[in-house]
Amino acid sequence: MLQSGNRGATHKLLCRSVRSMSPITLLGAIVPGLVTFLSPELASRMQFGWTISVHIIFASLSIGLAPFIIYFTWKDVRTNERRYARLRSFWVKVFAAGFVMGTVTGIPMSFQFGTNFPQFAEVAGELIGGPLAFEAKMAFFLEAVFLGVLLYGRDRVKDRTYIISSVLVGFGAWLSGFWILIVNAWMQTPRGYEMVTRNGMEIAKLTDPFAAFFTPRMPWMYVHMMNASVISVALLVAGVSAYIVWKKPDAEAWNTALKLAVVLLIASAPFQAIHGDAYGRHVEDTQPQKFAAMEAHYETGQADLHLLAFPKSPEALTDPRAENLVTVSLPAVGSFLASGGDFDAEVIGLNEYEENPPVALVFWSFRFMVGLGFLFIGLALWGGFLMYRGRLADSTRYLKAMIAASPFGYAALLTGWYVTEIGRQPWVIQGELKTSEAVSSTLTGAEATLTLVAFVVLYVGLMLTALYILKWLVREELRSLGVRESSGGRWHGPIPWVSSDD
Amino acid sequence: MTDTLLPVDAYLVESLPEIWFGAVLFALGMYVVLDGFDFGIGMLYATRTDERERETFLAAFGPVWDANEVWVVAFGTMLLAAFPRVYSRLLADNYLLALGFVVALVFRGLGPELREQRDDERWKRYTDYAFIGGSVFAPLLLGMLAGRWLFGEATLPVALTGVGLVAVSIVTGAAFLAAKTEPGLASELRAYGIGATVAYLGGVVVLLGTVVLTDVGGAADAVLSLPVAAVVALSVAVGLSGSVLARRGRYRAWLASALSLPTLLTILVAILLYPTIYPPTGLLIREAVVSPLALNLVTVLGFPVLLLVLWYFKFLYGVFSGPIEGEGYEG
Repeated sequence: MLQSGNRGATHKLLCRSVRSMSPITLLGAIVPGLVTFLSPELASRMQFGWTISVHIIFASLSIGLAPFIIYFTWKDVRTNERRYARLRSFWVKVFAAGFVMGTVTGIPMSFQFGTNFPQFAEVAGELIGGPLAFEAKMAFFLEAVFLGVLLYGRDRVKDRTYIISSVLVGFGAWLSGFWILIVNAWMQTPRGYEMVTRNGMEIAKLTDPFAAFFTPRMPWMYVHMMNASVISVALLVAGVSAYIVWKKPDAEAWNTALKLAVVLLIASAPFQAIHGDAYGRHVEDTQPQKFAAMEAHYETGQADLHLLAFPKSPEALTDPRAENLVTVSLPAVGSFLASGGDFDAEVIGLNEYEENPPVALVFWSFRFMVGLGFLFIGLALWGGFLMYRGRLADSTRYLKAMIAASPFGYAALLTGWYVTEIGRQPWVIQGELKTSEAVSSTLTGAEATLTLVAFVVLYVGLMLTALYILKWLVREELRSLGVRESSGGRWHGPIPWVSSDD
Repeated sequence: MTDTLLPVDAYLVESLPEIWFGAVLFALGMYVVLDGFDFGIGMLYATRTDERERETFLAAFGPVWDANEVWVVAFGTMLLAAFPRVYSRLLADNYLLALGFVVALVFRGLGPELREQRDDERWKRYTDYAFIGGSVFAPLLLGMLAGRWLFGEATLPVALTGVGLVAVSIVTGAAFLAAKTEPGLASELRAYGIGATVAYLGGVVVLLGTVVLTDVGGAADAVLSLPVAAVVALSVAVGLSGSVLARRGRYRAWLASALSLPTLLTILVAILLYPTIYPPTGLLIREAVVSPLALNLVTVLGFPVLLLVLWYFKFLYGVFSGPIEGEGYEG
């Protein structure tokens, strides 16, 4: 990029010919037709999307488990009750395993801005580099160091230091989310910079750190994501507890854990819906194109609110439009909500834009997330009612429902992020830099496809292993509670399978 | 508002870009020193067949590796924050090396974590492969990445940098374990440590000799300078005296000298880079650095935290100092 004129061209040519010697390209040349590679852009996007999807599961596990860990540790040290020791020990093990997976999947994230999207890293370096570095130094270190103490140091440090370690680990997880979301919020609603030319390239120069860090999106995103993590983990804790209580109804510790998780769900699930509604209006204000994609709203004008949408034909799945959907809609309420009170307000439609995000993915992801959100509210209220009646652990139906629902918090969290990230396309920095311009120009389709395949294989293995670890931990816990194996309910694979025999 | 707190058009101190060049390499050095002995533990682990010895190794590795590994994230993000173009070029130009390195780290980190989940011979064998393989390839590929950073596409120097980092990791790993274990095991480890020291020092000399003879990237002059000669001489002195200390069974002193080898290596990298920061394109520190406001901001917010991080590393190593206790790995 520094060279100019002929020298640059020769240099490039030289690089090409050297590059074409690489074994993978050679393979592609020898067996044309057998090996087809994805374009570097598509492969890079899929790879980033896939690796961040896996990473975020573990990152939000840390965030959501933090309050549980702190509570159990504090109760254990202060009251010396066996049930809290049991719960602390179990969930710290889960936290630790999750943290290791979060670390090993997080390091590729911090490198992929450079390996796959170097133009983005260079354009946005002044804006995103600082927060990412603060995340590593302030949060990641804090978590890693004090988790070592929490795991291995029970007999080596004082009670108070031990409790403080658990608080610092939890604080680290929440602080980590804070800095990472500053980066992502900036990509949605960039502020506090001006475009200047440096080394022959247009880059964003930081002009106002406060505006760049606390962008309009930041508070919305932070609250929504932290709460989503709490909901996801509350459902996970509730599911595991329900499974153990189902197998061993008098397991005192696990009745406590179940109750705690349901209480947390009662507080967090309805809040997420109320907050999400206001968040949607904010998105309409700041990213109208994304909002239109969420609603598959093509024509500028009055917008209806689609409460429920069902595909009329298979086409609706890939190309949702008013014509091919059966919707339960409130006429003009889309306009009303988006504008905050005006039924006739104009909502800009997708037809106004030259290039749109993949509408179907955004539209259906959004509906999937919202639908699950309402399911969680239902489960929370049902649990609250049972708790009020004092028979939370007696309702086998509820226990089974909670076991079945345990992975869905994560499903909602991921689809919510698909709305946010896919809905921002074609931009990587809204209105400033397109994703297609951000991809590495030296990357070949062969290299990108190779690493994509490697990450898919590796991370599928990693996810399966994570599920097996959870399964083994639960089985060990059941064994220590004196439950005989293979007594109803089957769990052969990594996911518990609720049988209908009782 | 921030204009009044932070200068916008001038660096807080005139030499701030150079200070950040130092800070970025400091983070890299911390990583190479700390995770280096983790890699060494992983490689020496391959020489053990006794289950109890293996568990001792894992117990030494358990509480600290995760925190050690974060230094590579600190390095990468500090490089991005201060020198975005270098971060971009280094990683994009060496795509497979960079991602190969992080994949090796995945295997290295997951191996021990998974091993303790099941009491099954075959399971343990596979997870051990992951641990050992990751521990060999991570320093090899990271070293090669550093080699590409310094020397561009020259094959031999790049390969030698990789092998050099593997060798120096074995030295620090052996010294770390020797200082924390019983005498019988320690004297076995010391043989590996001394062998790796000789290999490392030989490798450095061959590497620099190759660079002078072939003048890759015009680095010959830099290599023949006084600072480089001084660092190399010091490395040889430290390596040899460390080996003598090891032979005499003074393992803590050996550890101190062993840890200074990767430190000197990082200093060598810094000398060879300066004043450029990306030799393959001849990019200078001053050309690559971000604007004054951005650098001032990361300085004011980041440096105090860096000191805090160093303090709690001291705390962590304090808590887990002394001989290895407990059986095996619990993380």
